[in-house]
Amino acid sequence: MATKPENKDANNRKILNRNLAQMLKGGVIMDVTNAEQAQIAQAAGAVAVMALERVPADIRKEGGVARMSDPKMIAEIQQAVTIPVMAKVRIGHFVEAQILEAIKIDYIDESEVLTPADDMYHIDKNKFATPFVCGARDLGEALRRISEGASMIRTKGEAGTGNVVEAVKHMRKMRSQIAEVAALPTEQLASYAKEIGASLDLVRQVAKNKALPVVNFAAGGIATPADAALMMQLGADGVFVGSGIFKSADPQRRAEAIVKAVAYYGNPALLAGVSYGLGEAMRGVDLDTLTDAERLAKRGW
Amino acid sequence: MKVGVLALQGSVAEHLKLITSVNKKIEAVPVRTVDELASVDGLIIPGGESTTLRKLIDEFDLFTPIKVRVEAGMPVWGTCAGLILLANKIEGERPYFSLLDVDVVRNAYGRQINSFVAEGDFADMYINMVFIRAPKITRVGGNVEVLGVHDGVPVAVRQGHILATAFHPEVVSRDNRVHKYFLSMIESKE
Repeated sequence: MATKPENKDANNRKILNRNLAQMLKGGVIMDVTNAEQAQIAQAAGAVAVMALERVPADIRKEGGVARMSDPKMIAEIQQAVTIPVMAKVRIGHFVEAQILEAIKIDYIDESEVLTPADDMYHIDKNKFATPFVCGARDLGEALRRISEGASMIRTKGEAGTGNVVEAVKHMRKMRSQIAEVAALPTEQLASYAKEIGASLDLVRQVAKNKALPVVNFAAGGIATPADAALMMQLGADGVFVGSGIFKSADPQRRAEAIVKAVAYYGNPALLAGVSYGLGEAMRGVDLDTLTDAERLAKRGW
Repeated sequence: MKVGVLALQGSVAEHLKLITSVNKKIEAVPVRTVDELASVDGLIIPGGESTTLRKLIDEFDLFTPIKVRVEAGMPVWGTCAGLILLANKIEGERPYFSLLDVDVVRNAYGRQINSFVAEGDFADMYINMVFIRAPKITRVGGNVEVLGVHDGVPVAVRQGHILATAFHPEVVSRDNRVHKYFLSMIESKE
């Protein structure tokens, strides 16, 4: 039977969107709040920038409702750089996503860093031609987002804290669950899928390939070249750095250092070199001081 | 035969996998250092972000070693970002290796929403072509052979031992014919 043309189109979109993420592998995606920062990020070697009005550390500090950024500010950033431009929408806010698609954003982050707009449902991302990246703390959450149409996954970590512990926890959990699934006898896959709340089809794919069907980046709390290399050695395909760069003493040097650390993450001598005299990292937050309501990673399900 | 994939950023794993799928006896290795570069018979510059790649090639002193080896006849293949880096002229910015006599415009088809999949001829084969925020070749020099065309625009070109594609054969699973083509270029050099 011939494939219906619309199915073929949808399948092609999936190929294109998942593969744009493949092209970002081994790279650093940086949060920027204006065109000047975007240019610094690009010159430092970022593979993409995330355009947003306030970095997570400021959202944390200032409070209030955090929403999609002004399209004008995003457009200025799109004009300023040639690398892909991403932007965030609130969990479940499909109209913010429609707006970003209308201004031809390259990637949409349905992000727990912004205030959720829907406490029941994430966006049906399969309806969009624009690719989505979503945060996940474990395999079940990642596969639920992929079922909804996400073409890239990142750890949630704990954004805006400069504290990498949660990102490490999420990456390790994901890796150990993938290993667990890969070792299961096939007759146990259905009950495992049910247990983690994921589709059996995707669980079978993970078991067969011993990997997520999409790229998995690290995000949330990465502040130093060593943090970035740690996440790479733990199996991340690349990293997002949010507040870590433009909240540090010397953003340009730190941005360059993190880019190099991700490219040569397995080379300790080089990591020492790029970390040398880098100036103060962002101050950061001890996670034990956060209440549950202040933990962004708990948003989404 | 040993084939290297420049492994600073981008679609490195995909290229490595497809090379090995052509022939298990061919060694496919990631290249990050001058020593690793010296050990290979041919080099692939993968898809990725060309601004990131050029920055890292500079930082890690690979520019001159790569350029010297290609000038001395080592076969090289650039996909997408790799094509941009090889081109003699890049619209709006300083060219990089200037090894391939073509002019390119980066992101010429638009943003990600304008990325597309097409089918077309490559050399004497009919293949799937995946264009992701692809560059466009706007001029082809006299000694450059056009191997593939989409919509009247050259999308695959060859100048002797230098091959470049605006699309990404490395992301088309279960089809290693373009890789086979590049490997035959290395073989005929040896």
